[in-house]
Amino acid sequence: MTLRPIDYVSLFIYFLFVLGIGWMAKRKISSSEDFLTSGHSVPVWITSLAFIAANLGAQEMIGMCASGAKYGIMTAQFYWLGAVPAMLFVGLFMMPFYYGSRARSVPEYLKLRFDEKTRGLNAITFAIMTIFSSGISMYALGLLFELVLGWSFTNSVLLSAAIVLIYTLLGGLTSAIYNEVVQFFLIVLGFAPLSILAVHKAGGWEGLKAHLPPVMLHTWKYAAHANENPMGVDAWVLAAGLGFVLSFGYWCTNFLVVQRAMAAETMAGARQTPLVAAFPKIFMPFVVILPGVAAVALMAMSSGYELPAKAGGGYNYDLVLTTLMAKFYPSGMLGIGLTALMASFMSGMAGNVTAFNTVFTYDIYQSYIRRDAPDSHYLWIGRVTTVVGVVLSIATAYLATAFNNIMDFLQLVFAFVNAPLFATFLLGMFWKRTSSAGAFWGLLTGLLGGGLTLGLTVAEGKGGWIAPWHEFPSSMAQNFWIAIISWCSCLAVTFLVTLVTKPKPESELHNLVYGVTDIPHEADAPWFKRPGPLAVVVIVVLVVVNLIFW
Amino acid sequence: MNDLRRPTGYLFSLLGAILLLYGLVNPDVRAPLDPGVNVNVWCGATMLLFGGILLWLSFRAKS
Repeated sequence: MTLRPIDYVSLFIYFLFVLGIGWMAKRKISSSEDFLTSGHSVPVWITSLAFIAANLGAQEMIGMCASGAKYGIMTAQFYWLGAVPAMLFVGLFMMPFYYGSRARSVPEYLKLRFDEKTRGLNAITFAIMTIFSSGISMYALGLLFELVLGWSFTNSVLLSAAIVLIYTLLGGLTSAIYNEVVQFFLIVLGFAPLSILAVHKAGGWEGLKAHLPPVMLHTWKYAAHANENPMGVDAWVLAAGLGFVLSFGYWCTNFLVVQRAMAAETMAGARQTPLVAAFPKIFMPFVVILPGVAAVALMAMSSGYELPAKAGGGYNYDLVLTTLMAKFYPSGMLGIGLTALMASFMSGMAGNVTAFNTVFTYDIYQSYIRRDAPDSHYLWIGRVTTVVGVVLSIATAYLATAFNNIMDFLQLVFAFVNAPLFATFLLGMFWKRTSSAGAFWGLLTGLLGGGLTLGLTVAEGKGGWIAPWHEFPSSMAQNFWIAIISWCSCLAVTFLVTLVTKPKPESELHNLVYGVTDIPHEADAPWFKRPGPLAVVVIVVLVVVNLIFW
Repeated sequence: MNDLRRPTGYLFSLLGAILLLYGLVNPDVRAPLDPGVNVNVWCGATMLLFGGILLWLSFRAKS
């Protein structure tokens, strides 16, 4: 892909803009909470867009487009089944406890609800995961820009890391959130045209139907059996694994996204955030997945577009998005598309760094290293941690160049880190009786259970480093089963240990558990500001969309 | 800085205006698979419109 000077103009303007936001946000920071948690001051429309944008990294853009080309519109289930129900759940049922507890982070909630060691376990696993995520983001960026534009890996990584570092160091979480919102708009404006152009060239929906096997254009119809669809999973596993464990594990407990909702001005705002965010989430498949689907049709039509080939046979699906851009975007718009891609990489990094610095400062440093310093000290630690976080991410990016299946490995690790947490929160938030010992041992068991599953099973050549006892038809199936096993083992152990240990007294559980919490009811607010009606509308839209693409 | 609409509006108006102008001044800069319309002009205009709406919303809120 060759770029003209005009293409660099939008990139340059975008960089100036994010730095400017960082600089403007700096003026509002006077405490560690302002820096790390935005001090509960962000309006709902911003928290909602940041909520999904934090999750919309460039790997998502590239990966979803790739999956669209590989598996068809069924990929949309990652959004429809795999995100929206969990988002509704966290907004309706879990936010009152997150926000009402006044915890500054997810691990801090665990400390209030259970005890220090549960918090510590969560904090440490989460901190490690965010650094890896951030590093992987940088690695993917460096790799892509090297491949597609010929930019040096080191230059891309260092340039983007420097910009992210500057605006997060200056403006903290607030600048990360504001930039995520802009990133969302850039993604829509930068990639929706691609979707429109590609589908139009393929002859619209009729054209897609004419040139693609039907399995590529339905979400549910072919999901019934593992060998009927390219994904290799059957409907039950898809629904259970994807829809429940993995997605609830992520959306309900991952501090990266929860942090954005917790930054809202009011409890009502915090609850509305995931609900409002569900609307754009439902429509994202048409921006990111559809181009991939169209790409396959375009190749079948001998239209002048071909799926990029991989050395050794097969296709390199990860390059579908960029090759489509090269074919359909003229210079000018090409720059906008690249800026959108760069923006999503950078916000993937920034989101992880801002989650990391909060968890490290409050849940690790303040809890275990220095407990009673004045707030200005923690503000300073927050800043230092931001720098350290970026440096560690860069190191991870280079580590990934040495072990290039690290991304797949991490995907599997996320499964057994996030899944058991959801079991812990489910019991912790809704069952007063859950004891701290139960929570800790359950969580640990879930982690180990998932890890063992990964070590004892193989799929597509990955895993099985203890002994390959079982083989799965695809990585995705392995991913699901790891999640299900770790969730179930966590739930079971938490429950059983709770039965033989003492819970915290109810007096200490106010605003932390169902039954001893004041859940506000905004009876006189308009329907779109009340969580219940809002959720119902989301569900209706989701069902309609699923029916259309059945 | 409570109103993100203002700076965001300026950003997209600027990007949109630049793209639109570029598309008008260089109408022969096309993609390999050109759809027949000037992509830069259309996308630039859309972005400019979006930026403009954000700015209008933010100025209206101020008063």
